[in-house]
Amino acid sequence: MNPVQDLIKSLADKHGKNRENLLPILQGVVEQEKYLSEYSMIEIARELDLPAAEVFGTATFYSFLEHKKMGKYIIRVCKTITCSMKGKNQILHAIEDMLKVSIGETTPDGKFSLMQTNCLGWCHKAPAMLINNDIYTELTPEKVREILGEYMKRES
Amino acid sequence: MAFESYQLKRADFIFKNENDWEKILSRTLSRPPQEIINELMSSELKGRGGAGFPTGLKWKLTAEESASVKYVICNADEGEPGTFKDREILSLVPYKVLVAMAVCGYVIGAANGFIYLRGEYKYLVPELNKAIKEFEYYCKEINHNFNISIFLGSGAYICGEETALFDSMEGKRGEPRNKPPYPTSSGYMGKPTVINNVETLAHTFTIFKYGAKKFYDLGVQYSRGSKLFSVSGDTPKPGIYELELGMSLQDFVEEFGDGDTKAVQVGGASGFLVPRKKFAETAIGYKGKLTGISLPTGGSMMLFNSSRSMYNVLDNYLEFFKEESCGQCTPCRVGCQQLYSGIKAVKRGEKPAQYLDKLLKLTETMQLTAKCGLGQSVANSFSSIVENFREEMIY
Repeated sequence: MNPVQDLIKSLADKHGKNRENLLPILQGVVEQEKYLSEYSMIEIARELDLPAAEVFGTATFYSFLEHKKMGKYIIRVCKTITCSMKGKNQILHAIEDMLKVSIGETTPDGKFSLMQTNCLGWCHKAPAMLINNDIYTELTPEKVREILGEYMKRES
Repeated sequence: MAFESYQLKRADFIFKNENDWEKILSRTLSRPPQEIINELMSSELKGRGGAGFPTGLKWKLTAEESASVKYVICNADEGEPGTFKDREILSLVPYKVLVAMAVCGYVIGAANGFIYLRGEYKYLVPELNKAIKEFEYYCKEINHNFNISIFLGSGAYICGEETALFDSMEGKRGEPRNKPPYPTSSGYMGKPTVINNVETLAHTFTIFKYGAKKFYDLGVQYSRGSKLFSVSGDTPKPGIYELELGMSLQDFVEEFGDGDTKAVQVGGASGFLVPRKKFAETAIGYKGKLTGISLPTGGSMMLFNSSRSMYNVLDNYLEFFKEESCGQCTPCRVGCQQLYSGIKAVKRGEKPAQYLDKLLKLTETMQLTAKCGLGQSVANSFSSIVENFREEMIY
Protein backbone atom coordinates (compact mmCIF):
# COMPACT_ATOMS: atom_id res chain seq x y z
CA MET A 1 0.00 0.00 0.00
CA ASN A 2 1.18 3.50 -0.73
CA PRO A 3 1.21 6.28 1.89
CA VAL A 4 -2.15 7.76 0.79
CA GLN A 5 -3.84 4.37 1.02
CA ASP A 6 -2.26 3.86 4.44
CA LEU A 7 -3.53 7.23 5.58
CA ILE A 8 -7.05 6.59 4.33
CA LYS A 9 -7.11 3.16 5.90
CA SER A 10 -5.99 4.47 9.27
CA LEU A 11 -8.50 7.32 9.13
CA ALA A 12 -11.29 4.88 8.28
CA ASP A 13 -10.24 2.66 11.16
CA LYS A 14 -10.25 5.63 13.50
CA HIS A 15 -13.54 7.26 12.46
CA GLY A 16 -15.49 4.34 11.02
CA LYS A 17 -16.50 3.33 7.53
CA ASN A 18 -20.02 4.70 7.40
CA ARG A 19 -21.23 7.57 5.27
CA GLU A 20 -21.40 9.83 8.35
CA ASN A 21 -17.67 9.32 8.81
CA LEU A 22 -16.87 10.72 5.38
CA LEU A 23 -16.26 14.34 6.35
CA PRO A 24 -13.77 13.58 9.14
CA ILE A 25 -11.90 11.30 6.73
CA LEU A 26 -11.78 13.96 4.02
CA GLN A 27 -10.56 16.46 6.61
CA GLY A 28 -7.90 14.05 7.77
CA VAL A 29 -6.55 13.59 4.25
CA VAL A 30 -6.47 17.36 3.64
CA GLU A 31 -4.70 17.90 6.97
CA GLN A 32 -1.95 15.50 5.94
CA GLU A 33 -1.76 15.83 2.15
CA LYS A 34 -2.75 19.52 1.95
CA TYR A 35 -5.39 18.69 -0.65
CA LEU A 36 -7.72 16.02 -2.00
CA SER A 37 -6.43 14.54 -5.22
CA GLU A 38 -8.72 12.64 -7.53
CA TYR A 39 -6.77 9.57 -6.52
CA SER A 40 -7.43 10.16 -2.80
CA MET A 41 -11.14 10.60 -3.45
CA ILE A 42 -11.33 7.36 -5.42
CA GLU A 43 -9.42 5.55 -2.70
CA ILE A 44 -11.75 6.95 -0.01
CA ALA A 45 -14.74 5.82 -2.07
CA ARG A 46 -13.23 2.34 -2.31
CA GLU A 47 -12.49 2.18 1.41
CA LEU A 48 -16.02 3.30 2.40
CA ASP A 49 -17.71 1.40 -0.41
CA LEU A 50 -19.34 4.54 -1.80
CA PRO A 51 -19.72 5.74 -5.39
CA ALA A 52 -16.73 7.95 -6.19
CA ALA A 53 -19.16 10.61 -7.47
CA GLU A 54 -20.71 10.86 -4.00
CA VAL A 55 -17.32 11.40 -2.41
CA PHE A 56 -16.50 13.98 -5.07
CA GLY A 57 -19.85 15.71 -4.51
CA THR A 58 -19.29 16.05 -0.78
CA ALA A 59 -15.62 16.97 -1.10
CA THR A 60 -16.24 19.79 -3.55
CA PHE A 61 -18.92 21.41 -1.39
CA TYR A 62 -16.66 22.63 1.40
CA SER A 63 -14.32 25.56 0.94
CA PHE A 64 -11.73 24.21 3.39
CA LEU A 65 -11.35 20.95 1.47
CA GLU A 66 -8.86 21.97 -1.19
CA HIS A 67 -8.52 20.31 -4.58
CA LYS A 68 -5.14 21.50 -5.62
CA LYS A 69 -1.93 21.00 -3.77
CA MET A 70 -1.59 23.75 -1.16
CA GLY A 71 1.42 25.01 0.69
CA LYS A 72 2.45 23.73 4.09
CA TYR A 73 0.98 26.86 5.63
CA ILE A 74 -2.35 28.06 4.27
CA ILE A 75 -2.96 31.73 4.98
CA ARG A 76 -6.63 32.67 4.91
CA VAL A 77 -7.30 36.39 5.19
CA CYS A 78 -10.86 37.34 6.18
CA LYS A 79 -12.55 39.46 3.53
CA THR A 80 -15.97 39.96 5.08
CA ILE A 81 -17.30 43.41 5.87
CA THR A 82 -15.62 44.46 9.12
CA CYS A 83 -12.19 43.11 8.20
CA SER A 84 -12.64 44.77 4.81
CA MET A 85 -13.40 48.10 6.50
CA LYS A 86 -10.48 47.78 8.89
CA GLY A 87 -7.74 47.37 6.33
CA LYS A 88 -7.87 43.86 4.93
CA ASN A 89 -6.37 45.07 1.64
CA GLN A 90 -3.25 46.47 3.28
CA ILE A 91 -2.79 43.13 4.99
CA LEU A 92 -3.10 41.31 1.68
CA HIS A 93 -0.62 43.67 0.02
CA ALA A 94 1.88 43.16 2.82
CA ILE A 95 1.62 39.38 2.41
CA GLU A 96 1.76 39.49 -1.39
CA ASP A 97 4.80 41.72 -1.17
CA MET A 98 6.61 39.55 1.26
CA LEU A 99 5.83 36.16 -0.28
CA LYS A 100 5.71 37.31 -3.93
CA VAL A 101 2.43 35.49 -4.57
CA SER A 102 -1.09 36.62 -5.42
CA ILE A 103 -4.35 35.41 -3.94
CA GLY A 104 -4.89 31.75 -4.78
CA GLU A 105 -1.20 31.06 -5.38
CA THR A 106 1.42 28.99 -3.59
CA THR A 107 5.05 29.95 -3.14
CA PRO A 108 7.44 27.96 -5.41
CA ASP A 109 9.00 26.27 -2.37
CA GLY A 110 5.54 24.94 -1.44
CA LYS A 111 5.60 26.60 1.94
CA PHE A 112 2.79 29.18 1.81
CA SER A 113 -0.54 29.49 0.04
CA LEU A 114 -2.47 32.75 0.16
CA MET A 115 -6.25 32.63 0.22
CA GLN A 116 -9.17 34.84 1.19
CA THR A 117 -12.04 33.51 3.27
CA ASN A 118 -15.41 34.56 4.64
CA CYS A 119 -16.08 35.78 8.19
CA LEU A 120 -13.70 34.20 10.72
CA GLY A 121 -15.68 35.44 13.72
CA TRP A 122 -13.19 38.03 14.96
CA CYS A 123 -14.92 41.20 13.72
CA HIS A 124 -14.27 43.01 17.01
CA LYS A 125 -10.54 42.48 16.49
CA ALA A 126 -10.41 43.02 12.74
CA PRO A 127 -8.59 42.44 10.49
CA ALA A 128 -8.04 38.75 11.10
CA MET A 129 -6.43 35.79 9.35
CA LEU A 130 -5.88 32.09 9.88
CA ILE A 131 -2.59 30.36 9.22
CA ASN A 132 -3.57 26.69 9.11
CA ASN A 133 -5.57 26.40 12.34
CA ASP A 134 -4.07 29.35 14.20
CA ILE A 135 -5.82 32.68 14.41
CA TYR A 136 -4.14 36.11 14.23
CA THR A 137 -6.13 39.27 14.91
CA GLU A 138 -5.85 43.07 15.02
CA LEU A 139 -3.40 42.83 12.17
CA THR A 140 -1.30 45.64 10.81
CA PRO A 141 1.16 45.32 7.91
CA GLU A 142 4.05 45.42 10.43
CA LYS A 143 2.47 42.75 12.58
CA VAL A 144 1.85 40.53 9.55
CA ARG A 145 5.48 40.86 8.44
CA GLU A 146 6.60 39.84 11.91
CA ILE A 147 4.28 36.83 12.00
CA LEU A 148 5.29 35.65 8.52
CA GLY A 149 8.95 36.21 9.39
CA GLU A 150 8.54 33.69 12.18
CA TYR A 151 6.91 31.16 9.86
CA MET A 152 9.65 31.67 7.26
CA LYS A 153 12.23 30.60 9.80
CA ARG A 154 10.46 27.30 10.26
CA GLU A 155 11.54 24.44 8.01
CA SER A 156 9.50 23.86 4.89
CA MET B 1 -41.12 58.56 23.84
CA ALA B 2 -42.49 55.16 22.93
CA PHE B 3 -39.36 53.49 24.25
CA GLU B 4 -39.19 55.06 27.68
CA SER B 5 -39.28 51.72 29.39
CA TYR B 6 -37.03 49.95 26.91
CA GLN B 7 -33.68 51.30 27.90
CA LEU B 8 -30.39 49.62 27.36
CA LYS B 9 -29.69 47.46 30.40
CA ARG B 10 -26.64 45.31 30.89
CA ALA B 11 -26.87 41.81 32.29
CA ASP B 12 -24.24 39.39 33.49
CA PHE B 13 -25.24 35.76 33.40
CA ILE B 14 -23.65 34.04 30.42
CA PHE B 15 -19.99 34.67 31.26
CA LYS B 16 -20.41 34.56 35.01
CA ASN B 17 -18.23 31.74 36.19
CA GLU B 18 -20.30 29.20 38.12
CA ASN B 19 -18.21 26.87 40.24
CA ASP B 20 -21.10 24.59 41.08
CA TRP B 21 -22.02 23.15 37.69
CA GLU B 22 -21.74 19.60 39.05
CA LYS B 23 -24.35 20.41 41.67
CA ILE B 24 -26.62 22.14 39.14
CA LEU B 25 -26.34 19.15 36.81
CA SER B 26 -27.20 16.51 39.39
CA ARG B 27 -29.94 18.66 40.91
CA THR B 28 -31.56 19.21 37.51
CA LEU B 29 -31.24 15.56 36.53
CA SER B 30 -33.20 14.61 39.64
CA ARG B 31 -36.23 16.61 38.51
CA PRO B 32 -38.97 15.04 36.36
CA PRO B 33 -38.45 15.88 32.65
CA GLN B 34 -41.88 17.48 32.40
CA GLU B 35 -40.98 19.90 35.19
CA ILE B 36 -37.82 20.96 33.35
CA ILE B 37 -39.79 21.54 30.16
CA ASN B 38 -42.35 23.61 32.06
CA GLU B 39 -39.60 25.67 33.61
CA LEU B 40 -38.10 26.41 30.18
CA MET B 41 -41.50 27.23 28.71
CA SER B 42 -42.33 29.62 31.52
CA SER B 43 -38.99 31.39 31.08
CA GLU B 44 -40.07 32.14 27.49
CA LEU B 45 -36.51 31.52 26.28
CA LYS B 46 -36.37 31.66 22.50
CA GLY B 47 -33.59 30.41 20.25
CA ARG B 48 -30.59 32.74 20.29
CA GLY B 49 -29.24 31.78 16.89
CA GLY B 50 -31.60 34.24 15.27
CA ALA B 51 -34.73 32.29 14.37
CA GLY B 52 -36.27 32.61 17.82
CA PHE B 53 -38.12 29.30 18.17
CA PRO B 54 -39.29 28.71 21.78
CA THR B 55 -36.68 26.42 23.35
CA GLY B 56 -39.00 24.69 25.82
CA LEU B 57 -41.42 23.79 23.03
CA LYS B 58 -38.60 22.35 20.93
CA TRP B 59 -37.55 20.07 23.79
CA LYS B 60 -41.18 19.15 24.49
CA LEU B 61 -41.92 18.17 20.89
CA THR B 62 -38.80 16.03 20.71
CA ALA B 63 -39.52 14.44 24.09
CA GLU B 64 -42.97 13.42 22.84
CA GLU B 65 -41.52 11.46 19.91
CA SER B 66 -41.50 7.73 20.53
CA ALA B 67 -38.23 6.85 18.74
CA SER B 68 -35.69 4.92 20.78
CA VAL B 69 -32.73 6.83 19.35
CA LYS B 70 -32.64 10.63 19.54
CA TYR B 71 -29.90 13.22 19.41
CA VAL B 72 -28.90 16.53 20.98
CA ILE B 73 -26.89 18.86 18.77
CA CYS B 74 -25.24 22.10 19.72
CA ASN B 75 -25.04 24.36 16.69
CA ALA B 76 -21.63 26.02 16.89
CA ASP B 77 -21.38 26.79 13.18
CA GLU B 78 -21.27 30.48 13.91
CA GLY B 79 -20.79 31.92 10.43
CA GLU B 80 -23.04 34.96 10.24
CA PRO B 81 -20.86 37.99 9.48
CA GLY B 82 -20.46 40.07 12.61
CA THR B 83 -21.18 37.28 15.09
CA PHE B 84 -18.54 35.93 17.44
CA LYS B 85 -20.30 35.32 20.75
CA ASP B 86 -20.54 31.52 20.51
CA ARG B 87 -16.79 31.18 20.21
CA GLU B 88 -16.42 33.18 23.42
CA ILE B 89 -18.96 31.00 25.26
CA LEU B 90 -17.20 27.82 24.18
CA SER B 91 -13.84 29.25 25.24
CA LEU B 92 -14.87 30.73 28.58
CA VAL B 93 -17.81 28.72 29.94
CA PRO B 94 -18.00 25.47 27.93
CA TYR B 95 -19.35 23.56 30.93
CA LYS B 96 -22.65 25.49 30.77
CA VAL B 97 -23.22 24.22 27.25
CA LEU B 98 -22.26 20.67 28.21
CA VAL B 99 -24.59 20.65 31.24
CA ALA B 100 -27.43 21.94 29.08
CA MET B 101 -26.82 19.25 26.46
CA ALA B 102 -26.83 16.49 29.10
CA VAL B 103 -30.04 17.84 30.65
CA CYS B 104 -31.61 18.02 27.21
CA GLY B 105 -30.56 14.42 26.56
CA TYR B 106 -32.22 13.40 29.82
CA VAL B 107 -35.43 15.31 29.01
CA ILE B 108 -35.87 13.99 25.47
CA GLY B 109 -34.30 10.56 25.97
CA ALA B 110 -31.03 10.89 24.05
CA ALA B 111 -27.70 9.33 24.98
CA ASN B 112 -25.55 11.13 22.42
CA GLY B 113 -24.80 14.75 21.79
CA PHE B 114 -22.71 16.51 19.18
CA ILE B 115 -21.17 19.93 18.97
CA TYR B 116 -21.03 20.95 15.31
CA LEU B 117 -18.08 23.33 15.39
CA ARG B 118 -17.20 25.42 12.35
CA GLY B 119 -13.82 24.56 10.82
CA GLU B 120 -12.70 28.16 11.30
CA TYR B 121 -12.77 27.51 15.07
CA LYS B 122 -10.67 24.36 14.99
CA TYR B 123 -8.24 25.89 17.49
CA LEU B 124 -10.96 25.51 20.14
CA VAL B 125 -10.91 21.72 19.88
CA PRO B 126 -8.15 20.80 22.37
CA GLU B 127 -9.59 22.84 25.26
CA LEU B 128 -13.13 21.85 24.41
CA ASN B 129 -12.21 18.18 24.38
CA LYS B 130 -10.58 18.61 27.78
CA ALA B 131 -13.81 20.12 29.12
CA ILE B 132 -15.85 17.29 27.58
CA LYS B 133 -13.58 14.67 29.14
CA GLU B 134 -13.89 16.21 32.56
CA PHE B 135 -17.63 16.50 32.08
CA GLU B 136 -18.10 12.90 30.99
CA TYR B 137 -16.00 11.76 33.92
CA TYR B 138 -18.39 13.51 36.27
CA CYS B 139 -21.43 12.09 34.43
CA LYS B 140 -20.06 8.59 34.99
CA GLU B 141 -19.58 9.34 38.68
CA ILE B 142 -23.24 10.19 39.09
CA ASN B 143 -24.21 7.25 36.86
CA HIS B 144 -25.57 9.37 34.08
CA ASN B 145 -24.93 8.04 30.61
CA PHE B 146 -24.37 10.81 28.09
CA ASN B 147 -21.64 11.17 25.45
CA ILE B 148 -20.65 14.34 23.69
CA SER B 149 -18.41 14.58 20.66
CA ILE B 150 -17.23 17.35 18.41
CA PHE B 151 -18.01 17.31 14.71
CA LEU B 152 -15.93 19.75 12.70
CA GLY B 153 -17.28 21.68 9.75
CA SER B 154 -15.15 22.66 6.78
CA GLY B 155 -15.90 26.25 5.90
CA ALA B 156 -19.52 26.34 4.71
CA TYR B 157 -21.78 29.06 6.08
CA ILE B 158 -24.93 27.25 4.99
CA CYS B 159 -24.21 24.41 7.42
CA GLY B 160 -25.45 26.67 10.20
CA GLU B 161 -28.91 26.03 8.74
CA GLU B 162 -30.06 23.13 10.87
CA THR B 163 -31.06 20.65 8.19
CA ALA B 164 -27.96 21.42 6.11
CA LEU B 165 -25.99 20.76 9.27
CA PHE B 166 -27.55 17.29 9.59
CA ASP B 167 -26.67 16.46 6.00
CA SER B 168 -23.14 17.68 6.58
CA MET B 169 -22.84 15.40 9.63
CA GLU B 170 -24.19 12.53 7.55
CA GLY B 171 -21.28 12.94 5.14
CA LYS B 172 -23.18 14.76 2.43
CA ARG B 173 -23.12 18.17 0.82
CA GLY B 174 -24.50 20.68 3.29
CA GLU B 175 -27.74 21.34 1.44
CA PRO B 176 -30.88 22.31 3.39
CA ARG B 177 -33.78 19.87 3.38
CA ASN B 178 -37.43 20.62 2.83
CA LYS B 179 -39.39 21.25 6.02
CA PRO B 180 -41.49 19.59 7.30
CA PRO B 181 -40.46 17.17 8.63
CA TYR B 182 -38.88 19.29 11.32
CA PRO B 183 -35.81 18.21 13.27
CA THR B 184 -37.95 17.50 16.33
CA SER B 185 -39.38 14.49 14.46
CA SER B 186 -36.70 13.80 11.83
CA GLY B 187 -33.27 15.33 12.25
CA TYR B 188 -29.80 13.80 12.27
CA MET B 189 -29.92 10.32 10.69
CA GLY B 190 -33.67 10.75 10.42
CA LYS B 191 -34.05 10.63 14.20
CA PRO B 192 -35.80 13.17 16.43
CA THR B 193 -33.20 15.80 17.23
CA VAL B 194 -32.97 18.88 19.39
CA ILE B 195 -30.63 21.35 17.76
CA ASN B 196 -29.92 24.49 19.75
CA ASN B 197 -27.55 27.38 19.32
CA VAL B 198 -24.58 27.57 21.73
CA GLU B 199 -25.97 30.66 23.45
CA THR B 200 -29.46 29.18 23.82
CA LEU B 201 -27.96 26.22 25.68
CA ALA B 202 -25.90 28.52 27.90
CA HIS B 203 -29.08 30.42 28.84
CA THR B 204 -30.80 27.20 29.90
CA PHE B 205 -28.00 26.75 32.44
CA THR B 206 -28.93 30.13 33.93
CA ILE B 207 -32.55 28.99 34.10
CA PHE B 208 -31.64 25.66 35.72
CA LYS B 209 -29.57 27.44 38.33
CA TYR B 210 -31.60 30.54 39.11
CA GLY B 211 -35.09 29.53 37.99
CA ALA B 212 -37.28 30.70 35.14
CA LYS B 213 -38.42 33.86 36.90
CA LYS B 214 -34.97 35.36 37.10
CA PHE B 215 -34.67 35.05 33.32
CA TYR B 216 -38.25 36.08 32.59
CA ASP B 217 -37.84 39.26 34.63
CA LEU B 218 -35.27 40.50 32.13
CA GLY B 219 -36.29 41.99 28.81
CA VAL B 220 -39.76 42.96 27.67
CA GLN B 221 -42.98 41.23 26.71
CA TYR B 222 -42.45 38.62 23.94
CA SER B 223 -38.71 39.18 24.19
CA ARG B 224 -37.70 37.85 27.58
CA GLY B 225 -34.25 37.49 28.98
CA SER B 226 -30.86 38.79 28.05
CA LYS B 227 -28.89 38.21 24.88
CA LEU B 228 -25.29 38.45 23.80
CA PHE B 229 -24.53 41.12 21.23
CA SER B 230 -21.46 41.02 19.05
CA VAL B 231 -20.59 44.65 18.43
CA SER B 232 -18.22 45.60 15.63
CA GLY B 233 -17.54 48.12 12.91
CA ASP B 234 -17.21 51.85 13.59
CA THR B 235 -17.40 51.77 17.36
CA PRO B 236 -14.94 52.82 20.04
CA LYS B 237 -15.75 49.68 22.01
CA PRO B 238 -16.09 46.60 19.83
CA GLY B 239 -16.71 43.38 21.73
CA ILE B 240 -19.32 41.08 23.24
CA TYR B 241 -21.99 42.51 25.53
CA GLU B 242 -24.87 40.89 27.35
CA LEU B 243 -27.90 43.16 27.22
CA GLU B 244 -31.56 42.80 28.02
CA LEU B 245 -33.80 42.39 24.99
CA GLY B 246 -36.16 45.13 23.95
CA MET B 247 -33.80 48.11 23.91
CA SER B 248 -34.24 50.81 21.32
CA LEU B 249 -31.61 51.08 18.66
CA GLN B 250 -31.24 54.75 19.59
CA ASP B 251 -30.04 53.79 23.08
CA PHE B 252 -27.75 51.19 21.60
CA VAL B 253 -26.13 53.70 19.27
CA GLU B 254 -25.73 56.25 22.06
CA GLU B 255 -23.83 53.62 24.02
CA PHE B 256 -21.78 52.05 21.25
CA GLY B 257 -21.67 54.56 18.40
CA ASP B 258 -18.75 56.84 17.62
CA GLY B 259 -20.93 59.95 17.44
CA ASP B 260 -21.20 59.73 13.68
CA THR B 261 -23.21 56.55 13.19
CA LYS B 262 -24.94 56.52 9.85
CA ALA B 263 -26.52 53.08 9.97
CA VAL B 264 -26.49 49.83 11.93
CA GLN B 265 -26.70 46.38 10.40
CA VAL B 266 -28.77 44.30 12.81
CA GLY B 267 -28.50 40.52 12.49
CA GLY B 268 -25.52 40.23 10.16
CA ALA B 269 -25.52 40.06 6.38
CA SER B 270 -28.85 38.22 6.50
CA GLY B 271 -30.35 40.90 8.75
CA PHE B 272 -31.50 44.46 8.23
CA LEU B 273 -29.71 47.75 7.79
CA VAL B 274 -31.31 50.48 9.86
CA PRO B 275 -30.52 54.09 8.86
CA ARG B 276 -30.08 56.87 11.40
CA LYS B 277 -33.56 58.28 10.93
CA LYS B 278 -35.10 55.01 12.07
CA PHE B 279 -32.95 54.38 15.17
CA ALA B 280 -35.59 55.80 17.54
CA GLU B 281 -38.45 53.68 16.21
CA THR B 282 -36.52 50.40 16.08
CA ALA B 283 -36.27 47.98 18.97
CA ILE B 284 -34.19 44.85 19.25
CA GLY B 285 -36.30 41.84 20.12
CA TYR B 286 -38.55 39.20 18.63
CA LYS B 287 -41.60 40.24 16.67
CA GLY B 288 -44.32 41.14 19.08
CA LYS B 289 -45.95 44.07 20.68
CA LEU B 290 -43.00 46.46 20.84
CA THR B 291 -44.03 49.82 19.55
CA GLY B 292 -42.36 50.48 16.25
CA ILE B 293 -40.26 48.04 14.30
CA SER B 294 -38.76 45.13 16.19
CA LEU B 295 -35.91 43.13 14.78
CA PRO B 296 -34.97 39.66 15.91
CA THR B 297 -31.27 39.03 15.74
CA GLY B 298 -28.60 36.46 16.34
CA GLY B 299 -26.82 39.34 18.04
CA SER B 300 -24.67 40.73 15.25
CA MET B 301 -24.54 44.52 15.45
CA MET B 302 -22.32 46.25 12.90
CA LEU B 303 -22.03 50.00 13.03
CA PHE B 304 -21.19 52.19 10.05
CA ASN B 305 -20.25 55.85 10.26
CA SER B 306 -20.61 58.50 7.59
CA SER B 307 -17.23 57.65 6.03
CA ARG B 308 -18.61 54.32 4.77
CA SER B 309 -20.15 53.72 1.38
CA MET B 310 -23.30 51.65 1.68
CA TYR B 311 -22.68 50.44 -1.85
CA ASN B 312 -19.46 48.80 -0.69
CA VAL B 313 -21.28 47.26 2.25
CA LEU B 314 -23.97 45.74 0.03
CA ASP B 315 -21.39 44.61 -2.51
CA ASN B 316 -19.52 42.81 0.26
CA TYR B 317 -22.68 41.08 1.52
CA LEU B 318 -23.72 39.98 -1.97
CA GLU B 319 -20.29 38.54 -2.68
CA PHE B 320 -20.65 36.65 0.57
CA PHE B 321 -24.09 35.25 -0.34
CA LYS B 322 -23.05 34.43 -3.88
CA GLU B 323 -20.19 32.33 -2.52
CA GLU B 324 -22.10 30.75 0.33
CA SER B 325 -25.31 29.87 -1.50
CA CYS B 326 -25.36 26.08 -1.61
CA GLY B 327 -26.54 26.18 -5.22
CA GLN B 328 -29.32 23.69 -4.71
CA CYS B 329 -32.32 25.90 -5.52
CA THR B 330 -32.44 28.23 -8.50
CA PRO B 331 -33.89 31.38 -6.86
CA CYS B 332 -30.94 31.59 -4.48
CA ARG B 333 -28.16 30.33 -6.77
CA VAL B 334 -29.05 32.52 -9.73
CA GLY B 335 -30.62 35.30 -7.67
CA CYS B 336 -27.48 35.99 -5.63
CA GLN B 337 -25.36 36.13 -8.79
CA GLN B 338 -27.81 38.48 -10.53
CA LEU B 339 -28.01 40.83 -7.56
CA TYR B 340 -24.23 40.87 -7.27
CA SER B 341 -23.65 41.71 -10.93
CA GLY B 342 -26.78 43.89 -11.08
CA ILE B 343 -25.68 46.51 -8.56
CA LYS B 344 -22.29 46.65 -10.25
CA ALA B 345 -23.97 47.33 -13.61
CA VAL B 346 -26.04 50.16 -12.12
CA LYS B 347 -23.00 51.66 -10.46
CA ARG B 348 -21.04 51.59 -13.72
CA GLY B 349 -23.96 53.16 -15.57
CA GLU B 350 -24.50 50.11 -17.79
CA LYS B 351 -28.03 49.82 -16.46
CA PRO B 352 -30.44 52.63 -15.60
CA ALA B 353 -31.22 53.44 -11.98
CA GLN B 354 -34.67 51.87 -12.40
CA TYR B 355 -32.93 48.52 -12.74
CA LEU B 356 -32.64 48.62 -8.95
CA ASP B 357 -36.44 48.20 -8.80
CA LYS B 358 -36.17 45.06 -10.91
CA LEU B 359 -33.55 43.75 -8.51
CA LEU B 360 -35.84 44.56 -5.57
CA LYS B 361 -38.56 42.51 -7.26
CA LEU B 362 -36.07 39.70 -7.67
CA THR B 363 -35.38 39.70 -3.92
CA GLU B 364 -39.13 39.48 -3.32
CA THR B 365 -39.22 36.38 -5.51
CA MET B 366 -36.25 34.93 -3.66
CA GLN B 367 -37.97 35.57 -0.35
CA LEU B 368 -41.02 33.67 -1.53
CA THR B 369 -39.40 30.81 -3.38
CA ALA B 370 -35.95 30.05 -1.98
CA LYS B 371 -35.78 26.79 -0.12
CA CYS B 372 -34.10 27.97 3.07
CA GLY B 373 -33.35 30.98 5.20
CA LEU B 374 -30.24 31.97 3.25
CA GLY B 375 -31.99 32.69 -0.04
CA GLN B 376 -35.04 34.09 1.71
CA SER B 377 -33.10 36.53 3.83
CA VAL B 378 -30.93 38.10 1.12
CA ALA B 379 -33.93 40.37 0.58
CA ASN B 380 -33.53 41.78 4.11
CA SER B 381 -30.21 43.50 3.68
CA PHE B 382 -30.71 44.17 -0.03
CA SER B 383 -34.02 46.01 0.29
CA SER B 384 -33.13 47.83 3.50
CA ILE B 385 -29.90 49.14 1.97
CA VAL B 386 -31.23 49.94 -1.50
CA GLU B 387 -34.38 51.62 -0.21
CA ASN B 388 -32.60 53.74 2.36
CA PHE B 389 -29.44 54.57 0.43
CA ARG B 390 -30.60 54.48 -3.16
CA GLU B 391 -28.49 57.44 -4.25
CA GLU B 392 -25.34 55.72 -2.98
CA MET B 393 -26.13 52.73 -5.20
CA ILE B 394 -26.35 54.90 -8.31
CA TYR B 395 -23.71 57.62 -7.98
